[in-house]
Amino acid sequence: MRDKRRTDLIALAALVCTVVVLLLANRYLDDYKIRIINLSGIYVTLGLSMNLINGFTGLFSLGHAGFMAVGAYTVALLTMPIPMKEMNFFFQPIVPWLANVEVGFLPALLAAGLISAFLGVLIGAPVLRLRDDYLAIATLGFAEIIRVVFTNTQSLTNGALGLKGIPNYTNTWWSWGVAFFTIWFVSFLIRGSYGKAFMAIREDEVAAEAMGINLFKHKVLSFAFASFFAGIAGGLLASLLGTIDPNMFRITLTFNILLIVVLGGLGRIAGTVVAAVIVTVMMEALRFLDESINLGFIQLKGIPGMRMVVFSIILILVVLLRKEGLFTRLKGRESSYAEN
Amino acid sequence: MGNLSLFLQHLTNGISLGSLYALIAIGYTMVYGILRLINFAHGDIFMLGVYLTYFGILYTAIPWWLMFIIGPALTGVVGLLLERVAYKPLRDSPRITILISAIGASFLLQNLGIVLFGGRPRAFPVPHILNHVVKVRGVSINVITFIIPVVTILLLIGLNYFITKTKTGMAMRALSRDYETASLMGIDINRIISVTFFMGSFLAAVGGIMWGARYPQLMPLMGVMPGLKSFIAAVVGGIGNIAGAVAGGFLLGLGEIMLVALLPRLTGYRDAFAFVVLIIILLFKPAGLMGSTQTEKV
Amino acid sequence: MLKIENLTMKFGGVVACSSFNAEVKRGQIVGLIGPNGAGKTTVFNVITGVYKPTEGQITFSPREGEQHRLVGLKPDRIAQLGICRTFQNIRLFGQLSVLDNIFIGNHLRLRSNVFSSVLRLPGYTAEEREIYEKSMYLLEKIGLQDFRNEKASSLPYGMQRRLEMARALATNPKLLLLDEPAAGMNPQETNELIGFIQEIKEEFDLTIFLIEHHMEVIMEISEKIYVLDHGVLIAEGSPGEVQRNEKVIEAYLGVG
Repeated sequence: MRDKRRTDLIALAALVCTVVVLLLANRYLDDYKIRIINLSGIYVTLGLSMNLINGFTGLFSLGHAGFMAVGAYTVALLTMPIPMKEMNFFFQPIVPWLANVEVGFLPALLAAGLISAFLGVLIGAPVLRLRDDYLAIATLGFAEIIRVVFTNTQSLTNGALGLKGIPNYTNTWWSWGVAFFTIWFVSFLIRGSYGKAFMAIREDEVAAEAMGINLFKHKVLSFAFASFFAGIAGGLLASLLGTIDPNMFRITLTFNILLIVVLGGLGRIAGTVVAAVIVTVMMEALRFLDESINLGFIQLKGIPGMRMVVFSIILILVVLLRKEGLFTRLKGRESSYAEN
Repeated sequence: MGNLSLFLQHLTNGISLGSLYALIAIGYTMVYGILRLINFAHGDIFMLGVYLTYFGILYTAIPWWLMFIIGPALTGVVGLLLERVAYKPLRDSPRITILISAIGASFLLQNLGIVLFGGRPRAFPVPHILNHVVKVRGVSINVITFIIPVVTILLLIGLNYFITKTKTGMAMRALSRDYETASLMGIDINRIISVTFFMGSFLAAVGGIMWGARYPQLMPLMGVMPGLKSFIAAVVGGIGNIAGAVAGGFLLGLGEIMLVALLPRLTGYRDAFAFVVLIIILLFKPAGLMGSTQTEKV
Repeated sequence: MLKIENLTMKFGGVVACSSFNAEVKRGQIVGLIGPNGAGKTTVFNVITGVYKPTEGQITFSPREGEQHRLVGLKPDRIAQLGICRTFQNIRLFGQLSVLDNIFIGNHLRLRSNVFSSVLRLPGYTAEEREIYEKSMYLLEKIGLQDFRNEKASSLPYGMQRRLEMARALATNPKLLLLDEPAAGMNPQETNELIGFIQEIKEEFDLTIFLIEHHMEVIMEISEKIYVLDHGVLIAEGSPGEVQRNEKVIEAYLGVG
């Protein structure tokens, strides 16, 4: 009980610090750096959302890019001004029921989360019966199907042309506000009885079921929450970038989130938050590996793809050497009498 | 051109695409049979096979037909090394860990491909003898569409001989049937697993070369889609079952071509076809068409 | 309370259990014994819904006048009806704390929904406090209160066995199935276990069905014993009757 109080205090301190940092940042930093701060917040939400399924519930899902796409398109189509819609859909007019809709950012984000969660339940209901590796490929497949469908539904999503001119509502308060909401939600969920049931499923499905835990109900629940947050994060991203197209939501995007989860540690909240920020910043900081930079006196030639090579190697090394993630203290090897 | 000849043309296209899926699917299914691991990097091994052969033909004096053997052999070695570095240390870890390692390896190969080979597409130098159009009763067909199934069938016959008649092949089947018992019987597991990875990668590379001859555009990400679809083929046929993987490959290849041919309006959904099939199979026959269900021991 | 009729379980061509009949009456301690591979654990797996039997019927009556057919129900549903078990090869939630393991045992009786748990609404927090107190009580009962924050997998073997029993008790079962509770215990621990089983039976008003290899345990506490050999029931009766039974002696000594 005292431990919980301490964690709460640390969380509160972190919240206050973040608010101060954001205030200062908005005042003194340029747009590019603000954008990185926004992206960090969005990746915190994404990382926690994936960790909820993959880390806490032990289900290996690779569908995040698909749920983000759903959220991104929902927010884009709901917030875009009506004249802008007409400009976007020059190839084929937009479906009538969306043509004259324009709502505020908060309702659009909520819609993004709810539609994504609904889809999560719809998809989860059949595939969550599958074992871990099959689940991975099935969820990956669903994400691909969503992308292909979005490429082809011209009058709904404008197809491969994508959408431009999405209003930029996302600012640091939105992205980090949502991030803190997610941290709060996941922490309290995990601390409660339902979260413990999720972890029981991760530890031993057979035993969890024998203890009366309805596997299906709890898996779908975890999946729905994760899709909800992935959808909201997708919406924030769309509104941050202002431009989206189906090809943004390839498996590479899911890979980035997986990297955060693995670096932060499966089933670890604070680690995920730190990893999300570090990975986002590094993605930008290591951009020089890909692009040529001119230092005035010397021209450094970048090699496209080098950045992702570095990240892939980091991922493999972490998996091989530090299975607990980067930010956990190494405890002494615990004696285990339970090997059987 | 009559309807029948058009149909025959689609059929041959479907069969040759199916053969390629089948060749790649075998690698997935053999590895899964023994290690219960989806080798996510297998599609990228396929890509690597094409590039290695491409550079061999272009920058060495080795004749193309010899390179068509050396290339896959080199790819086989890469596959074997991949297992040693990224999978072997994790053999006793939770499955999720080794899957993550496999995904990491896949991304590493793709991006190494971009770094080393450049992101721009390259044209595969197809020897003319493999690549010219012949007319059979008014149906124009590229020779390569015939060569692909023939080579595939020859390789399958060889593979079948290997796993049923040789000692290594039989050890492989024993491991795949019952890993624990087989490992107690004095089978050198590490060697068998290495051979499995070598052979799977070799076959994928042969598939890759023929893919390059059929669709002569090389890109570092070219392995992703064929890889995923071939994995699906393996699941559809019943993962761990080689005959199943071949059947699944043909089913998927033919299905995909026929979908586009018969329902042109759905052309845009071509890449989603395999995934829809996968999900249907997983829901109604999770062990695949030729697989058997296993009861987990409690 | 539990009635097993004509139970047959085949795996492929292997018959693990064939036409097995048994009855466990309310308030009894009933033993199930037999040589290795006799199909004892299979019987437990069928009762708890892990396997669906090839043939046969199982009826469970948690209260007078209430009857449930168990075949076809999922394991979680059966646990909710009031049957809980331990496992032969110990299946704790290894990475979770000792306290959490017991806490999770209470989850199936939780009434609050997930949102009230995240928002920590009064209804939920009251329930959680109750669960916490009950869990601590069970921990004290098995003498593990000082280990409550340890990882379950780090406990020594004997403690893990006790923890598994406490976790099962947390589900408020009417019928408790124990799969070799004394496995790997020394004579002193075995003696303590016998006392413990009798104690919890009285306190929680349990009916107990147990598999055991330690004959001194089974003979001392069971009122009735069923003997399985190669999936077939070869004897049933009081401990005294079973001990004198020729077939049982043969099965155990491997004569014939």
